[in-house]
Amino acid sequence: MREAAIVLAQDLTKHYRVALKEESLLATLRHFFFREYRTVKAVEGVSFAIAPGEVVGFLGPNGAGKTTTLKMLTGLIHPTRGQALVAGHVPWRREKAFLKKITLVMGNKQQLIWDLPAMDTFRLNAAIYEVPEGEFRNRVGELAEMLGLQDKLHQPVRKLSLGERMKAELLAALLHRPQVLFLDEPTLGLDVNAQVAVRDFLRAYNRRYGATLLLTSHYMADIAALCPRVLVIHQGRLLYDGALEGLLERFAPYREVGLTLERPLPREALAPYGEVRALEGREAKLLVPRERLTERVAEILKRLPVEDLEVREPPLEEVIARVFQNPLPVEEP
Amino acid sequence: MRKAKTLLSVYLAYMLEYRAELFLWALAGVLPLILLGVWTEAGRSGDFPLSPGEFARYFLMVFLVRQATVVWVVWEFERDVVEGRLSFRLLRPLDPFWEHLAAHLAERLARLPFVVLLTLLFFYLFPEARFRPEPLPFLLGLLLTGLAFFLRYLMQYTTAMLTFWSERATAVEEVFFLLYLFLSGTIAPLEVFPEPLRHLALLTPFPYLVYLPAALLAGQEVSLFPGLWVMPLWGVVFLLLWRWLWRLGLRRYSGMGA
Repeated sequence: MREAAIVLAQDLTKHYRVALKEESLLATLRHFFFREYRTVKAVEGVSFAIAPGEVVGFLGPNGAGKTTTLKMLTGLIHPTRGQALVAGHVPWRREKAFLKKITLVMGNKQQLIWDLPAMDTFRLNAAIYEVPEGEFRNRVGELAEMLGLQDKLHQPVRKLSLGERMKAELLAALLHRPQVLFLDEPTLGLDVNAQVAVRDFLRAYNRRYGATLLLTSHYMADIAALCPRVLVIHQGRLLYDGALEGLLERFAPYREVGLTLERPLPREALAPYGEVRALEGREAKLLVPRERLTERVAEILKRLPVEDLEVREPPLEEVIARVFQNPLPVEEP
Repeated sequence: MRKAKTLLSVYLAYMLEYRAELFLWALAGVLPLILLGVWTEAGRSGDFPLSPGEFARYFLMVFLVRQATVVWVVWEFERDVVEGRLSFRLLRPLDPFWEHLAAHLAERLARLPFVVLLTLLFFYLFPEARFRPEPLPFLLGLLLTGLAFFLRYLMQYTTAMLTFWSERATAVEEVFFLLYLFLSGTIAPLEVFPEPLRHLALLTPFPYLVYLPAALLAGQEVSLFPGLWVMPLWGVVFLLLWRWLWRLGLRRYSGMGA
């Protein structure tokens, strides 16, 4: 896989020096003359390989090091240590051939020129990326159709809705038809419909052009819908690299049992069968260890007045939250 | 070529969105026209090497040269770095230097009508400033105005690189601006400087940003030396300094806020 990898990270590490300051007048004065610094280990020895055409989700809480890793892979920042190879290039050398093969979409930032129609930014990008005029028209037409954006291209960007703006951002970022797409929270702040539209587009784009996608998202639905493989990063270190189902197996050794009871029962009556996660009227949710599932379900059916019973995977959000509850040392003075 | 044309046309469209602001910016550059009044009056005393008419012409040309060489890239660049917008520029296969340059050139085109209007107004108010220029020095003055713009842009862009270290490179630019104001001939033509100071000033890049092109445009008798070698020399110095700081700075860039 390493030979064929289009994105390769080896021992990728980024440490930042951050000035420390306490809040008081004296501390402010001291800070003015003598600065104290500490080192923040934003990313620590991260290694992985992604094959061409793969769609990989990058999971981690805020400050875990996802964005820093993306910045290193797109050549925006230099690593403190380690190596990376993206589409055959060392990213931070920022060679033109490399920049033409990649793109980075940031949900919290925009490249579109605010006061002009999106079409002007597209024209600008086409010229900068040296996309021939005819090809440019074709690509805008094709991508605008996939995104359902045809009638919005000539309106000033500031008049577009958030969802439309994100779609236009995607169009601007993909005009040069990059092989590798890095997406940092591409659905941030979008309503459910717009989230689904962006997700569908990314899936279609990956299928149509065989592009490789590495995306971060706080919305598990994005990850579940798009990414067969996930990387989990926490406090700068890679905790997991593998299939999404495997993540559930490894970090969620339990199942959720949903019950509809014939009559309401007190919490104590349910507690012997598992961890009661919710109880409202006749509806209850229990967490049951996977290895004892059969036995517990049999007991429930035997002893409790159950009208309906359903065994489910626990919600992905909950699994991830559990993974991240385990703190690791991350900073040193 | 297509790159340059598209950059200019898109940024011209962008600048034209700010028509009213452009007019105000042009108006904000009338300091030389205020000084025109002051120096013309002083010139009447006969204690200065220039006549009132020559002072008036000189400051009118200072106004035009400054309008043609306004540069604000350090503020833009600082905002780009602090807000993380530089990341988008770095992702594109084009050095941000050129994109900012295109924005400046486009702004110049958009500003032109206002500058012409203001010039006509001042010709009306100060009839002694009216003159028929000699073609050759005037053309040379125009050429040097263009070069002055590029040198000023290059100098400020180099200062902007300090943002990678201090995040407030504009503070350094303010210090430069003070030197610029004094040594460039914006406040007074170099003819009225004491001799040693004039020689010293001519070794700095500043007189070539305003004084030399303005004096040529105004039809004054000026020596092209040492300007013809000092100006390109500073150009090369800032060019090398820019490339060096850019390479070092990128290693420090952390893509804040993005």
